[in-house]
Amino acid sequence: MAEAKARGLPRTERPLSPHLQIYAPLINMVMSIVHRITGGALYFGTLLLAWWLLAAATGPQHLATANWFFGSIIGQIVLFGYTWALIHHALGGIRHLIWDTVHGFDLKTVDTLCWSTILGSVTLTVLLWAGIYFLGGGR
Amino acid sequence: MAMRTPLKNVRRLGSAKEGTDHFWRQRLTSVALLLLLPFMLWIALAIVGAEYETVVRTLGNPVVSILLVLFILTGVVHMRLGMQVIIEDYVHTEGAKVALLMLNTFFAAVVGLASIYAVLKLSFGVAI
Repeated sequence: MAEAKARGLPRTERPLSPHLQIYAPLINMVMSIVHRITGGALYFGTLLLAWWLLAAATGPQHLATANWFFGSIIGQIVLFGYTWALIHHALGGIRHLIWDTVHGFDLKTVDTLCWSTILGSVTLTVLLWAGIYFLGGGR
Repeated sequence: MAMRTPLKNVRRLGSAKEGTDHFWRQRLTSVALLLLLPFMLWIALAIVGAEYETVVRTLGNPVVSILLVLFILTGVVHMRLGMQVIIEDYVHTEGAKVALLMLNTFFAAVVGLASIYAVLKLSFGVAI
């Protein structure tokens, strides 16, 4: 289609294969999409890590500025989302590594693995943040 | 008799000349990141809400520094491969695709180098 457009040929309407919007959202499909979205979020989230590390390497004032942002309501929400995305993507990665060994493709195991990913990531993130607030004195 | 010709199969490294290189690197880095992730979370918990001196001393510790650099390096390689697939999946205009693929590499290189620079600066600047 793109080639036809590039050559200036008239576009022929051809039947399209069914895509996302036609299917009921099953858990494996949702987890697949979420895996990609969390990956994309983590990609840009590395900017925050780089900023924080550079701030720490530059001096107390710069670190204080960065910590002020991360300690603010918006900063905390962003960080919470970032840790969830990180843990979720990691657990999703484990699922994909299992599938890479050509195991766990029967529908029951697929469902179990996918539900474990989301339940596991939410549980671990909440536990981690409980630990952060406990250790950080609720900063 | 099977109605198939040998041309059906990919020979040697295929038309892109890289075989399963992309797939393999993605898996290799994912396993490395999974191994490193617990340490990273542990380090994060160790310095959350800490004073500047504690933060610098912790990050400047040789073991912590080396693990951080490994994590950053593996992370940017992994995320560059992932974003490459996303770009190839959704961007079909040749010019934009090539530009974004280049930008993807630049982004990974700059973020990775900046982070590693910061860690090394912290580490080399601290007397143990």
